[in-house]
Amino acid sequence: MSMTTTGRATEPRSLAQKLSNETLCTWLRDMLLIREFEVRSMQAYQNKKIGGFLHVYIGQEAVAVGTIAAATARDPVITAYRDHAHALARGTEARYCMAEMMGRLGGCAKGKGGSMHMFDRRRNMFGGHGIVGAQCPLGIGLAFATKYEDEVIDGGASRRITLCYFGDGALNQGSLHESMNLAGVLNLPIIFICENNGYSMGTATARGTTMAEDLTAKAVGYGFESASIDGMDVMAVYDGFKPIADQCRETSRPAFVEIRTYRFKGHSMSDPRKYRTKDEEQRYQAMDPIERFTKYMAAERGVTEDEHEAMTRSVRKEIREAISWAEKSPHPESGELYRDVYTDIWGPYRGTSGPEMHDKS
Amino acid sequence: MTRTIEYRDALREAMSEEMRRDQRVFLMGEEVAEYQGAYKVSRGMLDEFGPHRVIDTPISETGFAGLGIGAAMAGLRPIIEFMSWSFSLVAADQILNNAPKMLYMSGGQFPIPIVFRGNNGAGGQLGSTHSWCVESLYAGVPGLKMAIPFDAYDAKGLLKTAIRDDNPVFFLESERLLGIKGEVPEEEYLIPLGQATLRRRGDDCTIVGFGRPLYFCLEAAEALAREGIECDVVDGRTIRPLDIDSIAESVRRTNYCVVVDQSWPFASIGAEVAAQVHEHCFDDLDNHVIRVHSDDVPAPYAYSLEQEMLPNARKIVEAVRAVTYAG
Repeated sequence: MSMTTTGRATEPRSLAQKLSNETLCTWLRDMLLIREFEVRSMQAYQNKKIGGFLHVYIGQEAVAVGTIAAATARDPVITAYRDHAHALARGTEARYCMAEMMGRLGGCAKGKGGSMHMFDRRRNMFGGHGIVGAQCPLGIGLAFATKYEDEVIDGGASRRITLCYFGDGALNQGSLHESMNLAGVLNLPIIFICENNGYSMGTATARGTTMAEDLTAKAVGYGFESASIDGMDVMAVYDGFKPIADQCRETSRPAFVEIRTYRFKGHSMSDPRKYRTKDEEQRYQAMDPIERFTKYMAAERGVTEDEHEAMTRSVRKEIREAISWAEKSPHPESGELYRDVYTDIWGPYRGTSGPEMHDKS
Repeated sequence: MTRTIEYRDALREAMSEEMRRDQRVFLMGEEVAEYQGAYKVSRGMLDEFGPHRVIDTPISETGFAGLGIGAAMAGLRPIIEFMSWSFSLVAADQILNNAPKMLYMSGGQFPIPIVFRGNNGAGGQLGSTHSWCVESLYAGVPGLKMAIPFDAYDAKGLLKTAIRDDNPVFFLESERLLGIKGEVPEEEYLIPLGQATLRRRGDDCTIVGFGRPLYFCLEAAEALAREGIECDVVDGRTIRPLDIDSIAESVRRTNYCVVVDQSWPFASIGAEVAAQVHEHCFDDLDNHVIRVHSDDVPAPYAYSLEQEMLPNARKIVEAVRAVTYAG
């Protein structure tokens, strides 16, 4: 039985500090890219270029970037609906993500998934899932499958781990707890990553779950290795997460991490944020993970203002081009309606024989 | 060469043959391994395939149903056993949101080749929570297929096809059929999904049924023949795809149709089949379609009440007499 340990943000940052400037610059650029993507997404949403729901990741960038940096490209990633960042951090091109949000054929799910359902098989990105907690049983299935392939089919040792992300709201769903229990019983190589951004929609974490002051308590009953990590600092995320990931890969035992973060914007675009104070928001905004990391890179890694400016410009250009590419991507034609699903075509009235209707939009 | 084996043996043969054929197929569920199957369907499979491919789970339907779907996303071909389809209700989000829609929502990237299988319908005085007929609850969701085998031959042939299908297949067995013996060839065979079959031939009325109630249909047809009414008994075999062409072909010959469906009447498979028969055979019908269902009440425990609630041969005889104006 593993003992529970609790990592602290104040521990020496030896692991991330040992990494090259080049690697850390990639992290910074990824975080800037996610931020820019989300800012432009909000604008596009306000301009009605994006429909449905939109949940942005602003403030949480260090979590996706720091954890995915500790994994390999073959490790499956699965998350909930606040998912653009995970796809981007995994390397899905911004234009495919943006086209998905605009419901275009060029989107990473051909415009059939939308903002909450980013899928990219090439990057082992298994979605974007809209029902709170529902991705967790799928996550243990991914871990089961990689282990099964490595051990039963290939006859070797289990080599891959699954990163299964969820918000603090999922802590109170049965699906997460069934998944944690099964992962423990079946010895599955999965890390349950709780992105605790303080609120499940408008409900403060402590109003919804027990032991909110120390969520690693959730792992104790399942016998998991666990850690609580400062999610406002990408280097702390990496430092806290990398040993857990390595151990999970080594032992094929599940683990649980709480990453404490904060979403600077609302739950979705329609959230007036009445449930929290301006003071609180400002306090966290002062801990902006991008500003913090930028300062570190300038002070410790010699990244000059010009270099940073160049990086920012290149990110802006990439997102501008992504938007322009997405807007030029065709709307899915009617034939797509019946593609990618076993179905019975329903008719006969398809609304294609006129008369011309007045288009209210 | 044929042998006579039980329905449960036929199911096991289908799973074992497919597991020998394809390493990506595995069986998971409650009591499938060490207990040797709650209903002995998987008896002996742990010995042959080992604990990595025949896997016991705790009582966590949401967890292991979802595990199967995730494993299918990653390229495996799971068979997930529900001890009873009644228990699938607690896994509804997984089996309805994730399995049938994943291919579509991912723009064609993630097919879900999975079979969910287990006992469906009244087992015999189990009370209402354990007597669910889930076909009418689930069949409306696009993306899933649904098979409901009548005998050992179909159980094996349909299950093998279901395991090889790249879509999620909901495979509805019946506790009341597991011990019934039937002839099954030694040689390998598959039965396509979406191909109905005629269980009895007669030109006076079509009776359409699925799964266990077909026994009542055949019993009724026997009794009706003694009265001079000869019935076609059409076994749909699968609900999705629904072989409406074969059903319609029969109705065009007989001009009368009774649909027998063990689920509740409202918004049911029986209602769907009746609607489709009306659409396809409007000019051929000499009466509207009559449906026989379980009564619109929770399944009672008491033997006499349960018998009264379920479809039975008497109800079907009455329905055929009424639809053919013989009653």
